[in-house]
Amino acid sequence: MSTNSEVANIKPPAIDVGVLGWVRSHLFNGTLNSIATIFLLLVGVKFIPQFIQWAFIDSVWFTSGQECHEAKGACWSVVTQNIRFNVFGYYPYEHQWRPLVAMIILISMLVYSRDWKKWNRRLGYLWLFALFIMGLLMKGGLFGLVSVESTKWSGLPLTLLLSFFGILASYPLGVALALGRQSTMPVIKAFSVVYIELIRGVPLITMLFMSSVMFPLFLPEGVTIDKVLRAQVAIIIFTAAYVAEVVRGGLQAMEKGQAEAAESLGLNYFQKMRLVILPQALKIVIPPTVGILISAFKDTSLVVIIALYDILNTTKSILNVPEWTGFSTEAYIFVALIYFFFCFSMSRYSRHVEAELEYTTENK
Amino acid sequence: MNTEQSQVNEKSAAEKPVIEIINMHKWYGDFHVLKDINLQVQPQEKIVVCGPSGSGKSTVIRCINRLEEHQRGKIIVNGTELSRDLKNIEKVRAEVGMVFQHFNLFPHLTILENLSLGPIWVRKMPKKEAEELAMHYLEIVRIPEQAKKFPGQISGGQQQRVAIARSLCMKPKIMLFDEPTSALDPEMIKEVLDVMIDLAKEGMTMIVVTHEMGFAKTVADRVIFMDYGEIVEENEPNEFFDNPQHERTQLFLSQIL
Repeated sequence: MSTNSEVANIKPPAIDVGVLGWVRSHLFNGTLNSIATIFLLLVGVKFIPQFIQWAFIDSVWFTSGQECHEAKGACWSVVTQNIRFNVFGYYPYEHQWRPLVAMIILISMLVYSRDWKKWNRRLGYLWLFALFIMGLLMKGGLFGLVSVESTKWSGLPLTLLLSFFGILASYPLGVALALGRQSTMPVIKAFSVVYIELIRGVPLITMLFMSSVMFPLFLPEGVTIDKVLRAQVAIIIFTAAYVAEVVRGGLQAMEKGQAEAAESLGLNYFQKMRLVILPQALKIVIPPTVGILISAFKDTSLVVIIALYDILNTTKSILNVPEWTGFSTEAYIFVALIYFFFCFSMSRYSRHVEAELEYTTENK
Repeated sequence: MNTEQSQVNEKSAAEKPVIEIINMHKWYGDFHVLKDINLQVQPQEKIVVCGPSGSGKSTVIRCINRLEEHQRGKIIVNGTELSRDLKNIEKVRAEVGMVFQHFNLFPHLTILENLSLGPIWVRKMPKKEAEELAMHYLEIVRIPEQAKKFPGQISGGQQQRVAIARSLCMKPKIMLFDEPTSALDPEMIKEVLDVMIDLAKEGMTMIVVTHEMGFAKTVADRVIFMDYGEIVEENEPNEFFDNPQHERTQLFLSQIL
């Protein structure tokens, strides 16, 4: 009895548990890791205080450009003094509350819909209504709102608009193309293969340029299609090709037995895909898919090539003003934070969805 | 119509085979996998197909629900001839249950959802009714308590019983078994065979590809031995095991018994 309780009271060696254990197993578990730890510590000691000094202690926040040039530290004034132009660009100054409200609606709706198990018809109608309101706010021309041409849409609202619809439309299109590429019907298969290979062989910039410069040449005289819309379509077409290839990877990773089991139950092609194959295949490829969608989000900045002013381009314009020239570091850090916020959210959300899709009873 | 004739008609109707395979051939590229297969299966008949691996026995039953296409000859299932022109192969498949060696349950769905999928989408049954049906068959295969679990959470023997129940939920006229116990640990084989024996007693028409000779002896009306893509020998089980006619059959039986 006494031996038993003695055994029960034996603790693991102090070096394996607690702070010491953690440090040992996470920071110094091997020669290479120990070297890396020490190296990173040295780098941190050298640069972090400098950065803090520059970014916070010596920095100026709400001054004019002139005073900024005299300050030793960071000039955050380039952000604060130009925030409205940076975010809303050439949208008429007195109406900038409209894109602001539209963005708030969009982000609230996204947050509200984050639990995909609650997706239903009602939420669908709510989205349609929200999209209508957002469109109305941006475009105006109804209910006493002054009409604002889409050429004036710029800054963050433009970035979000292009990315949101780009991602929303390119995903299903990409899935359809992936299925098309695997189709036994020659015409559909050929179309999908040609589409995917052609689009993937061309840089996005080229596509945007063609949509902006070449495409209008083919239109009959007097017919014009909105420039933002053309860029939007180019982004969708481009992203879909990449999504398609990733989804094809997922489809090929599926065991043949799944399709056979579905077929032997008497499910037709669409039922088989929708109920059995796609739920599994799309789950497998969540990580690379999200990679592509995040890329798509960042690639919207390429619309600068066709003179659309997304948030990156409005930042550039600010830096072209003589008063603010030279503060590109600060301005770009700000834009980087905005991009990071959205991309990181997408990344986290995808991890969350992945975890929810684990096939365990707890989720049911 | 006189009485004699109508009796004849009745008789022929009763004996109308549910599966007819006539002079069927199949190639994989140039490789002749199935050579001149002829087989008739009567309603409620139980047939065991055996033979060495690569003899084409699985391919035969996969042709019956057209997971594989044959190139020559005829296959008629429930009065429908399987051919390239057939538009609704789904209709034929809905009446032919299939159990696979590797179960092929849908891992993203619960056991209950696995079972009710076919009835809901193919038979257009209301969800509640389909789930009741599913529970009914889960009880028949003796695992109703696993209904809410996912396939990955139950044992191989249980998975295979679920797979059998999934096919039964479609109320098929014919059940095909493609080596149903080959991927199972030895201690789980019996629980699956017991379910199949029950099913046979209920009068299901069954074609079973298996190496379980004990099962063949208890259940089969006929045993078919295949080798090199041909049906080598066909007989009722006692005769087949006690008095095999063909040399290749004798060799095969001597190796596995």
